[in-house]
Amino acid sequence: MLNELKRALVILGVLSALTGIAYPALVTGVAQAFFPAQANGSLIERDGKYVGSRLIGQYFVDQRHFSGRPSATAPMPFNAASSSGSNLGPLNPALEQTVIARIEALRESDRAQTAPLPVDLVTSSASGLDPQISVAGALWQVPRVARARHLPEQTVRELVLARTEGRQWAIFGEPRVNVLLLNLALDEVAAETASRPPGGRDRGPGDDG
Amino acid sequence: MTGNGILQLVLYVVSLLALAWPLGAYMARVYEGRIPVFMAWLRPVERAVCRLASVRDDDAMPWTRYAIALLVFNLLGVLTVFALQRLQEILPLNPEGLAAPASDLAFNTAVSFATNTNWQAYAGESTMSYLTQMFGLGAQNFLSAASGMAVLVALARGFVRREATAIGNFWVDLLRSVLYILLPLSIALALALVGQGVVQTFDGHATIELVEPVGFEQARLGPDGQPIRDAQGQPVIERSVTREQTIAVGPVASQIAIKQLGTNGGGFFNANSAHPFENPTPLANFLEMLSILLIPAALCITFGMLVGDRRQGATLLSAMTLVFVALLAVCVWAEQSGNPLFDRLGVDTRASELQAGGNMEGKETRFGVVASAVWATATTAASNGSVSAMHDSFTPLGGLVPMWLMQLGEVIFGGVGSGLYGMIVFALVAVFVAGLMIGRTPEYLGKKIEAFEVKMAAVAILVPPLLVLVGTAVAVVTDAGRSGIANPGAHGFSEVLYAFSSAGNNNGSAFAGLSANTPFYNLLLGLAMLFARYWLIVPVLAIAGSLAAKKSVPTGAGTLPTHTPLFVLLLIGTVIVVGALTFLPALALGPIVEHLQMIGSH
Repeated sequence: MLNELKRALVILGVLSALTGIAYPALVTGVAQAFFPAQANGSLIERDGKYVGSRLIGQYFVDQRHFSGRPSATAPMPFNAASSSGSNLGPLNPALEQTVIARIEALRESDRAQTAPLPVDLVTSSASGLDPQISVAGALWQVPRVARARHLPEQTVRELVLARTEGRQWAIFGEPRVNVLLLNLALDEVAAETASRPPGGRDRGPGDDG
Repeated sequence: MTGNGILQLVLYVVSLLALAWPLGAYMARVYEGRIPVFMAWLRPVERAVCRLASVRDDDAMPWTRYAIALLVFNLLGVLTVFALQRLQEILPLNPEGLAAPASDLAFNTAVSFATNTNWQAYAGESTMSYLTQMFGLGAQNFLSAASGMAVLVALARGFVRREATAIGNFWVDLLRSVLYILLPLSIALALALVGQGVVQTFDGHATIELVEPVGFEQARLGPDGQPIRDAQGQPVIERSVTREQTIAVGPVASQIAIKQLGTNGGGFFNANSAHPFENPTPLANFLEMLSILLIPAALCITFGMLVGDRRQGATLLSAMTLVFVALLAVCVWAEQSGNPLFDRLGVDTRASELQAGGNMEGKETRFGVVASAVWATATTAASNGSVSAMHDSFTPLGGLVPMWLMQLGEVIFGGVGSGLYGMIVFALVAVFVAGLMIGRTPEYLGKKIEAFEVKMAAVAILVPPLLVLVGTAVAVVTDAGRSGIANPGAHGFSEVLYAFSSAGNNNGSAFAGLSANTPFYNLLLGLAMLFARYWLIVPVLAIAGSLAAKKSVPTGAGTLPTHTPLFVLLLIGTVIVVGALTFLPALALGPIVEHLQMIGSH
């Protein structure tokens, strides 16, 4: 018994060090050497500062931006320091009230849009940090965003389709659109349009003729 | 359901079975000490550890000594994890300066990880330091898994050895499980996951500048950390605006790899594998899902090889796969059919190439309905317990499937090692029942199954339901138990039943609305996890010891063959009948009545 206790102590020490220190250290070393961007959170840099992670959603309410999945994190939505789902059961009256309120808000944002709302736009994600919405969810918002930005609907729709990720390897998961990346792309288009001389033709940065 | 959905399901099951075969063969060689050449370079490490701990390969233990070694080792594991949590404030690798969890939570978590349950009453990113996660929880992920695998190997030896007193050396079995099986697989999976976007860093949380500032409301807290209340007793709400997002990171990939492979399931983050940093892409999701069932499935093959009859392993694997596929179909169907509420409100829930449709509450867009339902079924078939969607928000029948899979005793694949030894216990009962029907002494794999084995099997089969039903009953009749319930009505009962089904079968998943971080639940669920783990391991080792001491009986005309489709059905029948009879009344009060309410109200 005492012998086994001694063995247990030694083996627990050695194996804990191996699996609890050496193993994560090794994985960290290799990860930082070969996949530094992914290992540090897939952060997006714009003009020298980090504006988000391509894997972590943000909360958008501005009509000129696409909005993402509803988020149940507290105290603010998309709190990436405290992930959480709503955990509302299917028959919970609170779920019904919340979904009705979301439908109302989305309908209010675009009275002309009569298509039914895709389910992912009115249901909260599991992590509260879902970076993506369904393609249907993005297309539903196209007319509103186009109107708010004074852009042709076609331009915005093309932007959405260009940003649509298909199933991975054509099999896995679901087609989806990353909301943050889409909105950043929209903001860039808007910035280009704003910097264009009025009435002038399209100029690229390297175009001096 | 779309054609792609069916393709994803088929691909999952086929990949699982295709990988289980070679891995199972490899593990059989490892446990027989015939380490293949490509892993032989680890031999010196194994020998060095053995020498350091004065363990000898040929020092075979009787079952009692084997059990004592395992219990002592696991007890030390509990104490270590408890101490690490309570001292994390003064220990290194705590960049966020997280305080020590309360002692009831620390007890619950320590037990949870040492018993391979990984029930989490805490939110990882805001509770546990990196050191606690890695050195405490991460290490136990390996060691609890290896303990389960060791018990299975000991049981296999019980069938193989004749008139022997010993069933192998626990330390050697443990060490080999970690060194040759769990570690190499984890390293490979962890790196694959980092490539997909899982974070792996020792840095503290990242802070980014939001594209849109976010306004929010929260209760103003007093100096004691409690909300300040106004004259009417309502909490004082203050409005604030934030321009930044704090993003929790950490050494995640290394932890996720072993939590999937070792049927542990304890997430680095609160949202577990629904969190984009734990499970960033559909491909990562597929790999993580495969990892849940990979070792439990492969161990069936290993067992067949160890007992010298591959058909026996294939039979057990077939029985598991059949039950799994049937329940998987129910879960996918229920979630894709969705919640009639959404249809009543005019929301579009049809699955198409543009959206997953169905019940998307508590699910991630990248996984949709099909992959989320596969995960829920796999994680509860195995005693993994990680989640990629919130089970609490599943439809009643979609939630019934994971709950019932746990209640079946975690034998449909089950935990690494523990699932298969649980299934073998059911096989003993099945041959016993068949023996009664045909009037012969029951035999299994050449050993007579007599009163002692059947008694031990009965203990192993009856302990978990006792824990689940008594625990649930206590919780729903006490204020302390009821106060944790989040959802009203039948669903609230389901939350409690699910919690005890999870702890009482060492699964670890939850209907997470339940506020389980209270002294009441921490203590009661902690005890349930302890009993569920060790009141199975000890009887199983006793069976191993008893079988090893017996002679082998030659197959005769009266022997019931245990490698036939008939036996597959008999085994499934035994598991289902025990599970259904025991839990049908409780399920009727929870998910079944909830389902009737759901379809009746529309």
